[in-house]
Amino acid sequence: MSNTTEPGRVASEPTVDAAAPATSPAAPVKANERPKYGPQHRGGGPMGHGAGTGEKAVSFGPSMRRLLGHLRPELPQIIAVIVMTVIGTALNSVGPVILGQATNLIFDASVVNRTAIPFDELGRVLMLALAAYVTFFLLSWLAGFMINAIVQRSVYRMRKQVSEKLTRLPLKYFDGQPRGELLSRVTNDVDNISQSLQQTLSQILTNLFTLLGVLVMMFYVSWVLALVALVTIPVAMGVTMMIGKRSQKLFAKTWKSTGELNSQIEEAYSGHELVTVFGRRREVADQFRAKNAELFDASFGAQFISGIIMPVMFFVGNLNYVVIAVVGGLMVAGGTLSLGAVQAFIQYSRMFTQPITSLASMANLLQSGVASAERVFEVLDAEEESPDQAGSLPQPARGRVEFEHVSFSYNPDKPLITDLSLVAEPGATIAIVGPTGAGKTTLVNLVLRFYDIQSGRISIDGVDVASIPRRELREEIGMVLQDTWLFGGTIRDNIAYGKDGASEEEILAAAKATYVDRFVHSLPDGYDTVINEEASNLSAGEKQLITIARAFLSNPTILILDEATSSVDTRTELLVQRAMGKLRAARTSFVIAHRLSTIRDADTILVMEDGAIVEQGNHETLLAAHGAYYRLYQAQFAAAITEEDAA
Amino acid sequence: MIRLLGRFLRPYWPQIVAIILLQFAQATAALFLPSLNASIIDNGVATGDTGYIWRMGAVMLGVSLLQIGGQVGATWFGARTAMSFGRDLRQAIFDRALSFSAKEVNSFGAPSLITRNTNDVQQLQMMVLMTAIMIVAAPLMMIGGVFMALREDVGLSWLILVAVIVLGTIIGILIVQMTPLFKSMQGKIDTLNRVLREQIAGLRVIRAFIREPTEAVRFDAANHDLADTAIRAGRRMMTMFPSVFFVMNLSSIAIIWFGSFRIADGHLQVGQLTAYLAYIAQILMSVMMATMMVMIAPRAAVAADRINAVLDTSSSVVPPAEPVTAVTLHGELAFDNVSFAYPGADEPVLSGVSFTARPGEITAIIGSTGAGKTTLVNLIPRLFDATEGAVRVDGVDVRDLDPDLLWGQIGLVPQRAYLFSGTVASNLRMGNPDASDAELWQALEVAQARDFVERMPDGLDSAISQGGTNVSGGQRQRLAIARALVRRPEIYVFDDSFSALDVSTDAALRAALATETADAAVIVVAQRVSTIRNAEQIIVLEDGRIVGLGTHDELLSSCPTYAEIVESQFRASEVAA
Repeated sequence: MSNTTEPGRVASEPTVDAAAPATSPAAPVKANERPKYGPQHRGGGPMGHGAGTGEKAVSFGPSMRRLLGHLRPELPQIIAVIVMTVIGTALNSVGPVILGQATNLIFDASVVNRTAIPFDELGRVLMLALAAYVTFFLLSWLAGFMINAIVQRSVYRMRKQVSEKLTRLPLKYFDGQPRGELLSRVTNDVDNISQSLQQTLSQILTNLFTLLGVLVMMFYVSWVLALVALVTIPVAMGVTMMIGKRSQKLFAKTWKSTGELNSQIEEAYSGHELVTVFGRRREVADQFRAKNAELFDASFGAQFISGIIMPVMFFVGNLNYVVIAVVGGLMVAGGTLSLGAVQAFIQYSRMFTQPITSLASMANLLQSGVASAERVFEVLDAEEESPDQAGSLPQPARGRVEFEHVSFSYNPDKPLITDLSLVAEPGATIAIVGPTGAGKTTLVNLVLRFYDIQSGRISIDGVDVASIPRRELREEIGMVLQDTWLFGGTIRDNIAYGKDGASEEEILAAAKATYVDRFVHSLPDGYDTVINEEASNLSAGEKQLITIARAFLSNPTILILDEATSSVDTRTELLVQRAMGKLRAARTSFVIAHRLSTIRDADTILVMEDGAIVEQGNHETLLAAHGAYYRLYQAQFAAAITEEDAA
Repeated sequence: MIRLLGRFLRPYWPQIVAIILLQFAQATAALFLPSLNASIIDNGVATGDTGYIWRMGAVMLGVSLLQIGGQVGATWFGARTAMSFGRDLRQAIFDRALSFSAKEVNSFGAPSLITRNTNDVQQLQMMVLMTAIMIVAAPLMMIGGVFMALREDVGLSWLILVAVIVLGTIIGILIVQMTPLFKSMQGKIDTLNRVLREQIAGLRVIRAFIREPTEAVRFDAANHDLADTAIRAGRRMMTMFPSVFFVMNLSSIAIIWFGSFRIADGHLQVGQLTAYLAYIAQILMSVMMATMMVMIAPRAAVAADRINAVLDTSSSVVPPAEPVTAVTLHGELAFDNVSFAYPGADEPVLSGVSFTARPGEITAIIGSTGAGKTTLVNLIPRLFDATEGAVRVDGVDVRDLDPDLLWGQIGLVPQRAYLFSGTVASNLRMGNPDASDAELWQALEVAQARDFVERMPDGLDSAISQGGTNVSGGQRQRLAIARALVRRPEIYVFDDSFSALDVSTDAALRAALATETADAAVIVVAQRVSTIRNAEQIIVLEDGRIVGLGTHDELLSSCPTYAEIVESQFRASEVAA
């Protein structure tokens, strides 16, 4: 996939990747209460709804220029490469002339004059040719080395740019983008760019200069024959454009089908057990067959059409060859041209059509590279988060959080949070309850400034969160989410993630406090156990405990717990609750929970419905009020209470 | 790789024969061109016979047309064969992976299976394509070139040998150096992919803990590593072409030098010398084409190995040879001394599990995380097969039952509620393709999903994105429950299916479910005692063993683990109160 140059100029088909559904970018979020925290799984976008725009170079010229702009930091090297290529190709073009002289010497001696061949002179001429070829070899080798480095460094920078860009993009951007799609742009598309640049850049330069050099030499040898040869160029261009237009369409279709097939595969494997248990294998296999057939049609067409560029150009070259041979032969017979000249010219004509053929297939390859570049540029051009302001929080922060008439929605047509006000005093625990979709998670997202509010003000210790750098704000906040996120590393590293430069003692203390220590000892490698990508070597509850340890270690002023204990079994939860109790003591905590046990000891309970706080107070006062909380409590907790009474 | 190619290319042997014939014709035609040119120079130009030049010119054009015909034909058949090969291979992998049990899917991992199904196939497909339209011609060109060159003059043939050996050695060295580099490059791309995947998945955590700088360093390390390897591999690549041209040019010089002696001796004509130059160029080009094969092959071989691994794995859950189909199932489910262990694992996940779940009863399973609850329920629809003992439905071992019959009886709501792209209705009808709209609404009603589906813009026809990401976790779970209800199975399996539901929805849903599932055997995996308190039997699972079995009240007195669980939930509430 990320091979560098591949001499075969079979226009490469889109590289299919696990994470490469070519869906339309940034489909608007149309969920009711999405986005929630967390990875949202990979999604190939809604397939079967005409997803996937395929890859099409929409504006070839400007995008090509912009792509070349990315090579600008390498300008000195590029100039060096151009100079070397010019000299190299000049020498390479001179070669046949010198060899032609050698042939002339032989021809004149053996055929024309019937004398002995002058070997001394022949040797000198051939040494000259050798010198030219050796220099050409060295120069083209060096130029190749430099181009290789130029392209790889540029591609390295491009990946870095995209990666940096991702840190500046608002979360909103990621919500509307299937993860696989984005990944694909950074890896597959950047790869494709690297491949097409590396393949084309050196060859386009060489071919262009060869073409020019050969043309000059052809005119030098015989302008009549040169004019005959020149006819080839418009023919070649016409053929390339005709074929290119058709193959471009078919390639776009191939990309589209590939993306669709990919998301079908993705979906079938992701939901494998359901497909099995619901007995849908046959249907799924049939759907696959249909899409697979579509991909076959498109890719066959694309490969065939682009595949005939070469033979057709070859034929044009051979036609030219024949014409030159005939005309040249006539000229020699007529005495207007030497045999050596014709021989040189025939060699030139091959050197002349070869770069034209190459350029024609380069054009095809470049189309694909530019299409990928456009997809990368789309990411680079995406709107960034609002810039950080220079304000700062008072130190040490106390953790008083206040919402004043806050309104927010993911989608302008669908207000989610409207005119919400609340105060969380330092050290208080705020529990947020309410039905799914009420905006509970959104509320805590806003504290972290994952999203910017549309109106109102959120402040910490009286300072507007919008007026301080996000970094400083988040330093004060620790978070544990329902969707655990651990990276591929050891358990120790994952806990240490909570604090830059945490010491071993701190890590162990956090692990002990959150009961991670207990299960770690049963693992063969203890804290050095490597968590694999799907983290299948740990249970959901164990993963959750690690994320809690991580938050514990970060020692924040404000703590956010979004369903933090839902995957932990109740006995473990009890332990965690105790740890949390300690943890919460000196901090302002926002707790979203479905469990009564988590809610009852909160200082303030916020009952949310449809993005608004409908009730607020502590457990006793809210129960006494016989309002929304009372109804919730009756519906759910009554059973638990009786049970507890029974127990 | 050979085995895989052999198996999947066999059906296309007529096309392959056609490709070889066409390439042969094409190569032969191409080889005649220099020879014809030599005749023109020697017989036409030397003797001044313009008529001869015209005649031979026409012949040359005809030969050229033959060549292009051969090439276009070979491209047609080549593209067709390669794409058919790719299509068949994708289908075979997909069909095989679909037949896998959860065990095989887990051991490969879904992402890896996807890559194998697409990207790896792509590599092989490209190799077949390149071989068919370019590389097949290489040996033909080479043999033909040597033959034609020998026809012109045997005395210079040692030059061909030397040139081929020199070129072959250079290319051989480069390939030996490149192969490990490419392998390691592939690994580095994987690493970069993994790092970035993690970073996108963990975006919120990274931002909340302000670890962007750490992550930037991590990404940069992977990025740098990849670039370094790519540069090193690229250098070898970039050496290839100059070397080939150098050897080609060098041999031209040598041919003229040594050829001149043969001309002086009268063994060779000048026109023949020119033809010789063309032939040696052709031979060396074919050597280079052959090297391309050597370049693609290692990567394709890796892909082939990965594909073979999938194709050679058969599902550990084998459909019975003579399935029992003639049973009316009532939904009595029995576990008889069942054990299950993952291959290679030291500890079994389940051991000696025995119980019976009767129609009309609720059997609840409770236990700590990692106690084996999900594994236990996965044995029922044969997502796994028990390693010891048997799971029976109405007295018939599930391994002897017709899979369709078995699956038809089970309504599964998995822990991770997954929806398929399509509409609300298409998801619900997965359970029963013939269900009417009224039945769908009924199921939605029970699953407490009616309200929000009604509020969706297109009701039942509202779009659902892949994985169900456009609805909330709670909504996803309720739709998954509705999907199982539509099936009207004899056995319901709820694997911790209420975790994402808020408290009131959970309560309402359980109340509605009770009437809906009255006649079925219901298996509920749960963590909250409140959810299962009313179950007819509760199984307490610890470390894969049943440590308690009975009703809530029985277990309170007889099972310390259960009492502990209840107490923990009770105490948590008490502390809170």
